[in-house]
Amino acid sequence: MLRYTISRLLGAIPTVLVIITLSFMLLHAAPGGPFDSQKKIPPEIKANIERKYHLDEPLYKQYLRYLVGILQGDFGPSYQYRDTTVNEIIRQGFPIDIVIGGCALAGALLIGLPIGIMAALRRDTGWDHLPMGLSMIGISVPVFVVAPILILVFAVTFHWVPAGGWGTGAPKNVILPAAALAAPYIAYVARLMRGSMVEVLNSPFILMARAKGVPQYLVILRHALKPALMPLVSFLGPAVVGVITGSIVIETIFGLPGIGRAFVDGALNRDYTLVLGVTILYGLLIVIFNLLADLSYSVLDPRVRY
Amino acid sequence: MAAATDALNISAAPAGRSLWQDAFSRLLYNRTAIASGVVLGVIVLASIVVPWISPYNYYTPQWALLNAPPTFHGGHIFGTDDLGRDLLVRVMWGCRVSLLIGLVASIVSVVIGVLWGAAAGFVGGRVDAFMMRIVDILYSVPFIPFVIVLVVMFGRNLLLIFVAIGAVSWLDIARIVRGQTLSLRNKEFIEAARASGVRGPTIVTRHLVPNLLGIVIIYATLTVPSVILFEAFLSFLGLGVQAPMTSLGVLVSDGASELQSFPYLLFIPAVFLASIVYCLNYLGDGLRDVLDPKER
Amino acid sequence: MTDAPLLQARKLSVDFATREGIVRAVSEVDLDLAAGETLAIVGESGSGKSQMLLSMLGLVARNASVTGSAKFKGEELLTAPEKRLNEIRGSGIGLVFQDPMTSLNPYLSIGLQLTEPVRVHKGVDRAAAAAQAIEMLKAVHITEPERRMRQYPHELSGGMRQRVAIAMALICRPEILIADEPTTALDVTVQAQVLSLLREIREQFGTAIILVTHDLGVIAELGDRVNVMYAGKIVERGSVDDIFYNCRHPYTEALERSIPQFTKVRPARLTAISGNPPNPLHLPPGCAFAPRCPYRLDICDKSVPPLETVSPNHAKACFYEGPLGTAAELSA
Repeated sequence: MLRYTISRLLGAIPTVLVIITLSFMLLHAAPGGPFDSQKKIPPEIKANIERKYHLDEPLYKQYLRYLVGILQGDFGPSYQYRDTTVNEIIRQGFPIDIVIGGCALAGALLIGLPIGIMAALRRDTGWDHLPMGLSMIGISVPVFVVAPILILVFAVTFHWVPAGGWGTGAPKNVILPAAALAAPYIAYVARLMRGSMVEVLNSPFILMARAKGVPQYLVILRHALKPALMPLVSFLGPAVVGVITGSIVIETIFGLPGIGRAFVDGALNRDYTLVLGVTILYGLLIVIFNLLADLSYSVLDPRVRY
Repeated sequence: MAAATDALNISAAPAGRSLWQDAFSRLLYNRTAIASGVVLGVIVLASIVVPWISPYNYYTPQWALLNAPPTFHGGHIFGTDDLGRDLLVRVMWGCRVSLLIGLVASIVSVVIGVLWGAAAGFVGGRVDAFMMRIVDILYSVPFIPFVIVLVVMFGRNLLLIFVAIGAVSWLDIARIVRGQTLSLRNKEFIEAARASGVRGPTIVTRHLVPNLLGIVIIYATLTVPSVILFEAFLSFLGLGVQAPMTSLGVLVSDGASELQSFPYLLFIPAVFLASIVYCLNYLGDGLRDVLDPKER
Repeated sequence: MTDAPLLQARKLSVDFATREGIVRAVSEVDLDLAAGETLAIVGESGSGKSQMLLSMLGLVARNASVTGSAKFKGEELLTAPEKRLNEIRGSGIGLVFQDPMTSLNPYLSIGLQLTEPVRVHKGVDRAAAAAQAIEMLKAVHITEPERRMRQYPHELSGGMRQRVAIAMALICRPEILIADEPTTALDVTVQAQVLSLLREIREQFGTAIILVTHDLGVIAELGDRVNVMYAGKIVERGSVDDIFYNCRHPYTEALERSIPQFTKVRPARLTAISGNPPNPLHLPPGCAFAPRCPYRLDICDKSVPPLETVSPNHAKACFYEGPLGTAAELSA
C-alpha cells in the first residue's frame, strides 16, 4: 500500500512537470508582453522593469528560475499588483474556494447519493422518473442561471441571506454560493449512483445474498453500496475540475475574493505570473484528487492490491 | 447436423434484422428520446427559418423600443433587449451559433479522439502504452484555465474557440475508442478476417469502424451539450462570441445581470439553452441504451 | 405433520412483462419434493428451470408475476410476506448458483459472507458463527479453513468458490438445497468433485436436493427422480431409470441422443436436436416441441398435450404413443 502510494506519487511528477512547462511556454508564446498594454512608458523604464522581473533573460533561464522557485514553494511576484506575490494572492483567496468547493461537493454527495439509491430501488416508478428528470434539468442549466435565481429568491425576495460578499466567511455567506455550485453535482451524483446501483443490484451476488435470507436493508448497505460507490470514486477527479470551473463563475456572481476571480482578472490584465501560478495550482489539485481516487480504489476494492 | 444448421437458418431468418434497424426500432420505444429528438428538430428548424423570414435582424438597435416586454401584438413576441433588438431573432441566432459551435467542436474532438484511440488500440503494445500515458497526463491538465488564457492572449475568434474546445474534449472519446478497439481486435471475426487474408486497412474500415460507430455516436451526442455549456461559460466571462453577434451563452449571461428588472431576458434564452442541452443529453442516453453493447 | 410434502408446487406459472409483450417463462408446473430425495430438473437453457425455482422464493425480477401455488412444508410461499420469506431463504431452503465467479460478493471476505446466514437466521454472535463457518468449510473439504475465512473470493479457485457457495447454502442446515447448474461453469475434474460433495452432503445431512441442470450425465450421478422441462412446461417426469431406459417423450430421447456415450463398444450416432428452442414470445399453439419433433402428428400443432401417467411415477406430455427410437435416421 505504502509502496503503491509512493510509486503513484513519483508517477505524478512528470504530469506536474508537463503542466508547468505547458503553461509556462503557452504564456510566453502569447503575443505582447505583460507590460505592453499599459500606457506608453519610456523604453529605459520598461527595460528596468523587465530587468527587475528577469524578462530580459533567455527563455530557458526564466523557465529554470521559475521551476526552482516553485520547488521552494514560490510562485514569484505578481506583475499587476505591485509589491504583492502570487503566493499572497493564493493564500488569501484559496481558503474561500476550499470552503465553498468542499461544502458544494459534500452537499452534492449527501443529497445526491440517497436520491440515486432511492431511484435505483424504485426503478421505473415515479420515484425514479421524477428525480431523474429533474436531475437532467440540473445538468442542463448552467450555474450562472441558477445563481441569479437563487439570489433573487433567497436574498432579494426573502432577505434570508446576503446576495453576495464574503464577510468573514459566516455560514450565511457560504450557503448560497455553495448551493449554486452544488446544484449540477447533486444531479450528476444522483444519476451516476442510480446507474451503478441498478447494475450492482442485477448482479448474481446480490441474488445470492437475498437467497441467503439477508434482509433488504443489509443487502443494500452491506452488499450493494460499496461496489456501487466505485464509479463515484472515479468521478472525484472530473468533479474537482468542474468545481474549479464553477467556482470561477460563482465568485464573479457573488463577488467573492477567491482565486477563481483572481485568475480571470489576471488573465484579462495579462498578469502572467498570477495566471501561471493559479493554473499550476489547479493542475496540482486535479493530480492530487486523481491520486486520491486511485488510492481509494485500492482501499475499497479487495481485488486491487499493489 | 446438416438438418440442424438448415433449421437454424430458417428460424433465424425473421430475426435477421441488422444491428442498426434493431437499434432504431428499439429507440422508437424510448419515448423520452423520441420527444427529445422532436423538440431538438423543432428548435433547429426554427433557428434556421425565423431569422430568415423575420423583419428584424440581430444587430440593428431600435432606440424607441428599449427593453420592450414580450407581447403578441407588438411584433416582438419575445420582447426586445436593452438596445431594442428583437429578442426572438437574437435567441434564434444564439441557437444557430451555439449549435454550430457544439457541432464543430464535437466533430473536432471526435475526429482526434477516434484517430488517437483507434491507433493506440489497433497498434497496441508500447505505442499504445505511450499514447495512453499522454492521455493520462492531459487528463490532469487544467484545460479550462488554458482555454481562458488562450482566448485572452490570442483574441476572441470563433474558430479559436471551436478548436480549443474540440482539442480539450477528445480525451474521453480516445479512451473509450481505444478500449473498444482493443477488445474488438481480439474478437473472432477480426481473427477470421485476418486469417482469410484481409489487409489491415480493410479490417479497420470494414470491421472496426462499423463496430465503433455506435459508441462514437453516443459520445458525440453527449459532447455537443457539454461544449454548448462550455461556450456559455466562456461567454459569461466575456470571452465568447463578440457583440453584436450572439450565442445562447451571451444572451443568458446578459439576461442574468438584469434578472430583477427584466426577467424575460434571462428566462427565454435560458429555456432554449436548457432545452437544447436537455434534449441532447436524453438523446445521448437513449442512444446509449440501444447502441451500447454493454447495455444489452 | 409429516403428511405435507417438503416442497409442493401446483399450477405454478411465471410471466414476464417485457416491452415486446408478456413472456410465459414457466407454465402451470406441478412439482413435488419429499424429504431427503434428490429431484433433478433438466432442460435446455431458457426452458424456465431456474425461474421456476426462484419464483417460489420470491427471487424473480420485478417485472415477473407468479401465479399458482408453492408450499414449503404446507406453508404457502407465494403470498408470504417478505419477512417470512427471508426467514425461509437460507435457513429452510438453501441456494447455490451456476457461476461461483459471480455469485460471491467480490468486496466482502469469505468469512463475512459465510457467517452471514447464521448471524441473520440464528442470531448467534460473531465467534460462534465463525466456529460454525469453519466447521462447514471443513465439511466441504476446504483446506486451511481459518485462513480462507480472511480471504476474498478472487483469491480462491473456481472449484473452491463453489464449495464455499455450497457451504454458505448449507450452513443453517436447510431441509432443501436448490443447486442451479452447480457444475456448469467448472472444469470437468472439478465438476466430479462437486458432484461427489453433493452426494456426501445428502448422506451426511439428509438434505433434499433439487438439482437443475442441462447435463443428463449429472443426473445419472445424483438424481432420484427427474423432471424434463421444455419451454416452461414439464414434458416428462419419472425415476432416473424411467428417463434413461424407458423415456417416452421425443424431447427426452433427443436430449439423450445428444450426449456422447463412451460405455458402449459401438456408440450410436450422436445427433444434435434440430431446430432452435421456440421463441417464448411466440410459442406454437400446440405442443411447443412439435416444430422440432420427428414424431409429430397433426394434432400436435393444434392442441397442447397434457401430462399423462404412463406408469406409477412416470408421466409424459406427448400425443405420440408409438415406440421411440425409430426416427433417429430421420433427424440425423
